[in-house]
Amino acid sequence: MTTTAYTPIDTDYEVVIGLEVHSQLLTKSKMFCSCSTNYANAAPNTHVCPVCMGMPGVLPVINQEAVKYTIMTALALNCSIPEYSKFDRKSYHYPDLMKGYQISQYDIPLSNDGYLNIQHEGQERRIGITRVHLEEDTARSLHHQGYTLIDVNRAGTPLMEIVSEPDMRSPEEARLYMQKLREILIYIGVASGRMEEGSLRCDANISVRPRGQQALGVKTEIKNMNSFRSVERALEYEAQRQIEVLRNGGKIRQETRGWIENKGITVTQRVKEQADDYRYFPEPDLPPLIIDHTWVEEIRSQLAELPDTRRVRYQDEYALSEQDANVLTEDKPVGDYFEQIVAVSAVKDRKARAKAASNWLLSEVVRLLKANSLSIQETKLTPKAVANLLDLLDKERITGKQAKDVLDEAFSSGELPEAIVEKKGIKPPISDQGTLERIIEEVVAKNEKAVTDYKNGKTNAVQMLIGQVMKQTRGQAKADIVQSLLRKKLDELQG
Amino acid sequence: MIDRETVKNVAKLARLGLGEDEVETFGNQLSAILDHIHILQEADVSGVSPTAHASRLTNIMRADVPQPSYAPEVLLANAPDQDENCLKVNAVLEEA
Repeated sequence: MTTTAYTPIDTDYEVVIGLEVHSQLLTKSKMFCSCSTNYANAAPNTHVCPVCMGMPGVLPVINQEAVKYTIMTALALNCSIPEYSKFDRKSYHYPDLMKGYQISQYDIPLSNDGYLNIQHEGQERRIGITRVHLEEDTARSLHHQGYTLIDVNRAGTPLMEIVSEPDMRSPEEARLYMQKLREILIYIGVASGRMEEGSLRCDANISVRPRGQQALGVKTEIKNMNSFRSVERALEYEAQRQIEVLRNGGKIRQETRGWIENKGITVTQRVKEQADDYRYFPEPDLPPLIIDHTWVEEIRSQLAELPDTRRVRYQDEYALSEQDANVLTEDKPVGDYFEQIVAVSAVKDRKARAKAASNWLLSEVVRLLKANSLSIQETKLTPKAVANLLDLLDKERITGKQAKDVLDEAFSSGELPEAIVEKKGIKPPISDQGTLERIIEEVVAKNEKAVTDYKNGKTNAVQMLIGQVMKQTRGQAKADIVQSLLRKKLDELQG
Repeated sequence: MIDRETVKNVAKLARLGLGEDEVETFGNQLSAILDHIHILQEADVSGVSPTAHASRLTNIMRADVPQPSYAPEVLLANAPDQDENCLKVNAVLEEA
């Protein structure tokens, strides 16, 4: 299962990376109070109450849905869910949490000891998950010249922290892990995964050591990476920086460094405080949680299909290629749409239908979506309409060429393809062999030069002749039938 | 007796500036408090499992249903300083 680690940066040194990923949860209300989490476009401090503002004497109450989402994530990441869990106060002295502490989980998180598999260079790598725990987000700081404004809307939003083991061996693996994790969070429906909006964030612990050395090197913590690309770039820079320091006989200082995107460098933010400086202690306002086994099993049974399972199923159940299965899985709504096409299709050969659905979806429908800057959830084209189009093709009611035009129309109008075919008066393709043979004979008779070219080995002359036949039939002949009949005719002439 | 370095460290973590004489004063006071609390060590807790919470409550949770928040002017009424409906504080340095 675990394969030899890979480090592209410097073969003398091995890079060791662990990630701490924070994800906001898609609950409707905040972690410890009932303020709405729907503040994305709201004016400052309109989604705030005395609890999330940290006023004295208030009482936080745990949001059960946030606990459920955390357990769902933990199960998707193969973690254990201990029976007992509790919240702790973590001392914190920045104005973005007015209480002077963050409610988090210290020594008994909701879950621990899981893993996530990533595929790297055709091999599977297992990345350990140390723990998944629940805490609260901070307020937003708006920095101005000489002062800072605090908008408390975000404070108290449920924030899940997923801590990995230091199992990644290259910045690329760190990016792959991050992408896989995001995919899972979106699949199980607990998070939006929007890194650009800060709802999914990532800090990295990174160290280097001479290859072959067992002991870990001194690590730095890297913050401020706001995209998959910056995760990979920042860690490449930092690994190289550490290697340079060691090469020149220097020592790595344990510290927090920030990634400066536009300069492509990391800089010292602060020298790392020791863990016990946070002065964790059990949160006296929140009684502990006893996580009932039957609740966990109920959550497990409701857990949506995970992306890896879906990928394999598409190949097993529908005989799709690995490539197509990957593309359909990457974006969950696209895969869901594909399944709906198959589900509404009344066909005997489900594999053939699935293959056709996948082909049309990934080529033509995706092309139309891109051209119109729409997501698959926004299009008027229903899965039923695509299935209807495939039915018309199966019945040879329309040709492939006509199907593309009909799809264009269905995409913009939302009508069913069969209605469009009727409306436009598209006649069924000429499949009568006698009719086609007669047309072919006429075309061959009128195009002696092309026929001679063909006899002299210019096989592409066939294309010209096919074009002529299609023209005669006004596109109502099936190109493959025309081609085989024409070749037969030409070969007769040759012989 | 708490040593001076511990007192200074605690003060630093709490963002409190103490003068040298205050280190002495508060050191003595903190020591007295700890000595007083120390009486708890006399309790026999053999056979009692450690607990994180004094109440016997567990699983106090609420349904995920949003309720109206407070008006910004009410929330900011007691703020030492405000601007643009936000709390206004001294500049926070992001980077050293």
